Amino acid sequence: MQSVTRKALIDRAAALLADGTVNRVYGWKKGTFAYDVTPALFESAEELERDFVFGDFCGANFSKYLIAETRRKDGKVLVFLKPCDTYSFNQLLTEHRFDREKVYAVGVPCEGMADINKIRELAGDGIADVASEGDKLIVHTLFDGDIELDAAECLAERCKNCKSRRHVAYDELIGEEGTVRENGRFDQVEALEAMTPDERFAFWQNELSRCIRCNACRDVCPACTCEKCVFGNPESGVENKAISDSFEEKMFHIIRAFHVAGRCTDCGECSRVCPQHIPLHLLNRKFIHDIDRFYGDYQAGAEVGSRAPLVDYTLGDLEPGDAVKGGSAHA
Amino acid sequence: MRKCLLEKKNALLAAMAAVSKLYVPVDGADKQAAFAEWAEGTELSKKLNTNRSAKDFFFPQSEDMMKFRVSGKKLEIVDTRSEHEDFILFGVRACDVKSFAILDTVFLVDPIDTYYANRRAHGTVVSMACTRPAETCFCGTFGIDASDPAGDVVCWEDETYLYLTAKTEKGEKLLAALEAVTEPCGDDAADGVKALAKARQEKLPLAELKPDAFGGGKTDAFFNDPAWQSLSEACLGCGTCTFVCPTCQCYDIKDYDTGKEVIRFRCWDSCMYSDFTKMAHGTNRPTQLQRFRQRFMHKLVYYPENNGGVFGCVGCGRCLSRCPISMNIVKVMQKLGGNKDA
Repeated sequence: MQSVTRKALIDRAAALLADGTVNRVYGWKKGTFAYDVTPALFESAEELERDFVFGDFCGANFSKYLIAETRRKDGKVLVFLKPCDTYSFNQLLTEHRFDREKVYAVGVPCEGMADINKIRELAGDGIADVASEGDKLIVHTLFDGDIELDAAECLAERCKNCKSRRHVAYDELIGEEGTVRENGRFDQVEALEAMTPDERFAFWQNELSRCIRCNACRDVCPACTCEKCVFGNPESGVENKAISDSFEEKMFHIIRAFHVAGRCTDCGECSRVCPQHIPLHLLNRKFIHDIDRFYGDYQAGAEVGSRAPLVDYTLGDLEPGDAVKGGSAHA
Repeated sequence: MRKCLLEKKNALLAAMAAVSKLYVPVDGADKQAAFAEWAEGTELSKKLNTNRSAKDFFFPQSEDMMKFRVSGKKLEIVDTRSEHEDFILFGVRACDVKSFAILDTVFLVDPIDTYYANRRAHGTVVSMACTRPAETCFCGTFGIDASDPAGDVVCWEDETYLYLTAKTEKGEKLLAALEAVTEPCGDDAADGVKALAKARQEKLPLAELKPDAFGGGKTDAFFNDPAWQSLSEACLGCGTCTFVCPTCQCYDIKDYDTGKEVIRFRCWDSCMYSDFTKMAHGTNRPTQLQRFRQRFMHKLVYYPENNGGVFGCVGCGRCLSRCPISMNIVKVMQKLGGNKDA
């Protein structure tokens, strides 16, 4: 259950609309069911009252939308940012992707978001509604009555391994500020590193073979902000819409992981949106873990303007030979 | 109608597999269901439907169409087609069976798509009625009866028996091959399951969704609706909805130069992509609003206009649970339909 209420967010947004600080609000819009929340713009208190939601299914990270939204219209847009979203926000500012002056950022605390796929695994198909009661989720099913689930068990993977409940950017904060957290987000990376190369290849072969090249991971990724992706550009010569062989599907994901290395904040949106449930975040976390080991701990987006180790040069940098040695030991 | 004790279902599947290759829904390591080849010991998924649709069997995501080889001034065209082997798809839901009929209207009209026709001719579809539909199901909106699906053979399951009846010549042939593992029963034997399935379908959360406001001739009524702006504003432009959709049938044809030969292949394309239908003229739909509108207008207006009023959606609900931003045809219909006179 979230610590701040829908009402607190609506009241603040309505006040900021009324006093002219902002002329529109990026927020979560209620869906047909409890979980199918859509990112949406709200322009009035009435719209907010009617459709705005905040709850356990508001996982969408709005940071990337600010690129188009700040160019589309004058005046400030209010954006609600959960702690992990603020890292993407800062990273986009570091990359000069939107005008900070056109945004009014309101930090909202997050107690972790639920994963509807996990709820389906535990409660089956036919989820009529999901209600949050303390540390329980009450799932109203179509045919099996109410099923009580442990909310912690239904958390999205990225929230189970939440790296920070501290906001690193905002104009104002609603509710209590949290802290950077101890987490186990590299445990699975280390498990993969402990595999033999053949085992690891088989793992990724199996996962990536399900890819349907829908590009949802790329299109939702706040680090993927090229105006035109080479893989979607017929003039690039490497455009591919389909998996014509087992090499191509790996090439796409591995190139994408390289491209966002050092810039990926580990927001986890790629894995959230994958319709084929591929744990894409593990590729990114491998790079993050390696960067931490090679250059010292570095968190993309922790501050605006930081120079990522991969685009910086210091005399103390690891020599390529050592990196490769380290790489082969940890590859 | 014939029946088979549920505890003998394995023998039934073995008998089917003896006829030809058999594909059944199986849970993968990702805990999602997907069609996989049946073998002794295969455990069937208990999920309502497969994560991807069944259209892949007839219209695969990518397929080679021909090859070109050049030697000197000679151009050789190599036909890469081969006769497909027979196969059986078991456990296809009513929505997905209906999607095949929709794909047929695209691929089996003149000029017939021989690649598709080849697979279709060799596939036998064994459908399964839905007694436990999901909240995202709305096949009834488009006149599909999940209690009595189409298919070559149709199946129903109650607590004790699996009932089978043939609806086509192909189906009769298959049932004849299953006589040793099934026993005859009255044609009303599955009526109890049918009634249960029907009652449940009628009580689904989306049971009231009606398509009446849409259909052929409604282009002008919806094309310039200002609601497209808010509906499409958060669309990422990814291809998830189109690729999980059982009826989306658009494809691209591309050449791949291996250095020794050129492979001409076709692959699924998505109207959500910025380069969709970008050809020599270079003036395809430049905004995401236009691309988004195209997808829903195609399903709800253009397709019925060209196909006697049949809608291009089967209500399987995949886009409802897969879209990264949870925007989908139901929300589009509710928003647009609510503003228009039927």
